[in-house]
Amino acid sequence: MAVIDLANPTRFLRIVDRVLPWLIGATVFLLAVGLYRALNAPDDYQQGATVKIMFLHVPAAWFGMFGWALMSVAALGTLVWRHPLADVSGKAVAPIGAAFTFICLVTGSLWGRPTWGTYWVWDARLTSMLVLLLLYLGVLALYWTAEDPGRGARAAAILSLVGAVNLPIIKFSVDWWNTLHQPASVFRIGGSTIDPSLLTPLLIMALAFTLLFVALHLAVMRNEILRRRIRSMRLMQAQEVHA
Amino acid sequence: MNLGPHADFIVAAYAVTLFVVAALIAWVLLDYSAQRRILGDLEERGVTRRSRRKG
Repeated sequence: MAVIDLANPTRFLRIVDRVLPWLIGATVFLLAVGLYRALNAPDDYQQGATVKIMFLHVPAAWFGMFGWALMSVAALGTLVWRHPLADVSGKAVAPIGAAFTFICLVTGSLWGRPTWGTYWVWDARLTSMLVLLLLYLGVLALYWTAEDPGRGARAAAILSLVGAVNLPIIKFSVDWWNTLHQPASVFRIGGSTIDPSLLTPLLIMALAFTLLFVALHLAVMRNEILRRRIRSMRLMQAQEVHA
Repeated sequence: MNLGPHADFIVAAYAVTLFVVAALIAWVLLDYSAQRRILGDLEERGVTRRSRRKG
């Protein structure tokens, strides 16, 4: 089957119905293993037991950012190629990305208080992450308040592309500016600086978050396709009444 | 498992994450059941999609 076949919403729904139960099963399994490993991981020599917050905070940050990257690709699909599922995908990923970004900010704040002595500081990494959350809320507002869904989708796509500028700012903020937030420690030239006893549960949790993200994205896309189907059926019904 | 002197912060972080993810899942499931119900009602009233129509 060619990738382009997925552009057919009916076929896409059939595939989602088949894949989703397996994906949910794998997500639950990996989350259970990841949480067990995370909660039984040894304390960090500096952070103590608060390192356990990192197993939630880091994957949430990755998927908050990945969600926006995905929305930007979907925005190109909407504006340039007018792919039938591109806008559905972009709209579906916005609430999920916003939720992960919110989790990242709250868990980071709860880690910061015992470690840094403050819940919040206006440094470049924290501020750019807060900007990401505000951008997500802006996209959601455009989708949910536009009277004409087509115009709302185009406006959201433009904001998605403009907001993508924030992604390298988040990633490199710890290198470009003097921040309280520590520099990259997992994906960096020269390898990870994290001890394997902490890195393994972190990577398992990251994999579990990946599956959770994909499962939620597919499920929200399915809902959105059904919503659009209902809208078009109602429009046709209204046209017939007026004919 | 000993969470040390900052146990409250750790428990709060896990509780918030659990709450947000559970709320997201609940919203998805409720929305799905609502869309299926509306779609079923429309089909019961004989409203069909253009692609399903004959001729």
